[in-house]
Amino acid sequence: MDYHILREIADSWVLLMMFAVFLGAGLWAWRPGSRELHDDAAQVPFRHEDKPAGDCSGRCQECACKGFDFTEALK
Amino acid sequence: MPKCNGQNEGTLIMWDWIKIAILGIVALFAALAANWARDLAYQIHALIVFAVAAGMFIWTVRTMGDEKPPAPVGYQDDVIRAGVIATAFWGITGFLVGTFIAFQLAFPALNFEWAQGYANFGRLRPLHTSAVIFAFGGNALICTSFYIVQRTTAARLWGGNAAWFVFWGYNLFIVLAATGYLLGATQSKEYAEPEWYVDLWLTIVWVVYLLIFLGTLIKRKEPHIYVANWFFLAFIVTVAMLHVVNNLSLPVSIFGSRSVQLFAGVQDAMTQWWYGHNAVGFFLTAGFLGMMYYFVPKQAERPVFSYKLSIIHFWALIFLYIWAGPHHLHYTALPDWASTLGMVFSIVLWMPSWGGMINGLMTLQGAWDKIRTDPIIRMMVISIGFYGMSTFEGPMMSIRAVNSLSHYTDWTIGHVHSGALGWNGMITFAALYFLTPKLWNRERLYSLTLVSWHFWLATIGIVLYAASMWVTGIMEGLMWREVDAQGFLVNSFADTVAAKFPMYVVRGLGGVMFLAGALIMCYNLWMTVRRSPTRESAPASAIAAE
Repeated sequence: MDYHILREIADSWVLLMMFAVFLGAGLWAWRPGSRELHDDAAQVPFRHEDKPAGDCSGRCQECACKGFDFTEALK
Repeated sequence: MPKCNGQNEGTLIMWDWIKIAILGIVALFAALAANWARDLAYQIHALIVFAVAAGMFIWTVRTMGDEKPPAPVGYQDDVIRAGVIATAFWGITGFLVGTFIAFQLAFPALNFEWAQGYANFGRLRPLHTSAVIFAFGGNALICTSFYIVQRTTAARLWGGNAAWFVFWGYNLFIVLAATGYLLGATQSKEYAEPEWYVDLWLTIVWVVYLLIFLGTLIKRKEPHIYVANWFFLAFIVTVAMLHVVNNLSLPVSIFGSRSVQLFAGVQDAMTQWWYGHNAVGFFLTAGFLGMMYYFVPKQAERPVFSYKLSIIHFWALIFLYIWAGPHHLHYTALPDWASTLGMVFSIVLWMPSWGGMINGLMTLQGAWDKIRTDPIIRMMVISIGFYGMSTFEGPMMSIRAVNSLSHYTDWTIGHVHSGALGWNGMITFAALYFLTPKLWNRERLYSLTLVSWHFWLATIGIVLYAASMWVTGIMEGLMWREVDAQGFLVNSFADTVAAKFPMYVVRGLGGVMFLAGALIMCYNLWMTVRRSPTRESAPASAIAAE
């Protein structure tokens, strides 16, 4: 294999695919309804300054220690 | 008391046995390697590895079966505290060596005869670059990424003591790299000088770092992955890829430091600058942008200007930077199409870079007064300003016509330093000022006046550095291309060296000022830990004030 093969694919469908992914990622940021999510995400640094969420601090017996539920979030 | 995690006594003892076996084998092999070493650098490295492995072996044997403390809860901050100390220490070391070699260039007599072969410019220069980029910058990136990923995922670091392995493993890598340079072990690739066994060690450490970061992201309690973590993850993944590909080499002997590169000629050069430029793009830019997107909003006490813009910034930077490397190889054996590609992508990079700069600066919207009242904000602002300036200058210098003047001159060195001292240095200083009171549970910094002193010393130092390098770089470029009416070159190389002397002294003085500022910072941070009043509310009971 020499670099001409790489050049060949970089000139054609790989280039197209990467460009499409890039544009897609950009456009995705502007999808309807993203504003709320972004405003919420921008607040993330201000939420858990001192301790993790659901920190049971040694009380694990009575504490639920629940993690983030992905299936719940998708609903 | 019931144990929170599932580890029982048996698995812990089992784990101790595994550690003892591994450490014993490593110590034995290192002792043999020291005996059979083919060169001095390898021998000394084998002795260092032997000392570390044997020491840990004895310690593990002696503490085996001891009562283990209960699994800690809350954020894992001890390793970050160690990272802050290491960052400050390596910063001073790197700046000191840098200032010394600046004066070596101005006054060659400082290449002492008795230290020839160990402390002359050629040996100290990679020590300086690696100390500031990988030791100072790398420790800053590791400790801030550990701090930020915990706070923004609301989860404790994944992997327990693996974080300590990354910290000590990375610093061992730095010690091996630095001593190797002084003793002449180098594979002659800029910013990738360490030899094969040091590269292998770094690969192991880096994979563990990646696992900790990913593990923490996976067990996050915050549904959205905050943008700072995207930048850190891109930095960790890309650096792993760059490091492995650029260091493909075959050792001459398992008992020697020499190795042969797998690539040769222009392929090797292209691989090297694909690595080199993306070390700038992903180590010094993406990683430090991760810091910017967390510490600037925190210090300004307001969310980032536009979260959408930060997403666009991220994807554009990731997709564009990776192609920019060939601009380091204009007018070489590299095919024209490749160097044009590098040039075009470098210029397109203007947009995401400036988008990011605007995003960082505009975060202060509605809080501009803080630039006057808060010296840490001032440091962040000048840092972002230098980010904008050096990401303007870089693409300009990548244009082939400009490059024909600037390449191989001091202009390049000036450009690198306005980025490294201005952008990376200043944002790291700001991060250290932010972190120290938080990590040591102090109400505030010891002295804001000293922060102001640091700010002005560093800023004026950078201005002296960059300005003198612009002057000497452009002068040098013009002198090299000057021809007389008959077409003969007017200046010899020695003429340009002589003409540069005053600018070299100014550059050295800039370095002294920057170093003085960093020393003031260390004093201030030390006194913050020793003297500042303890924060009233303990972390456990604190309620978010924001």
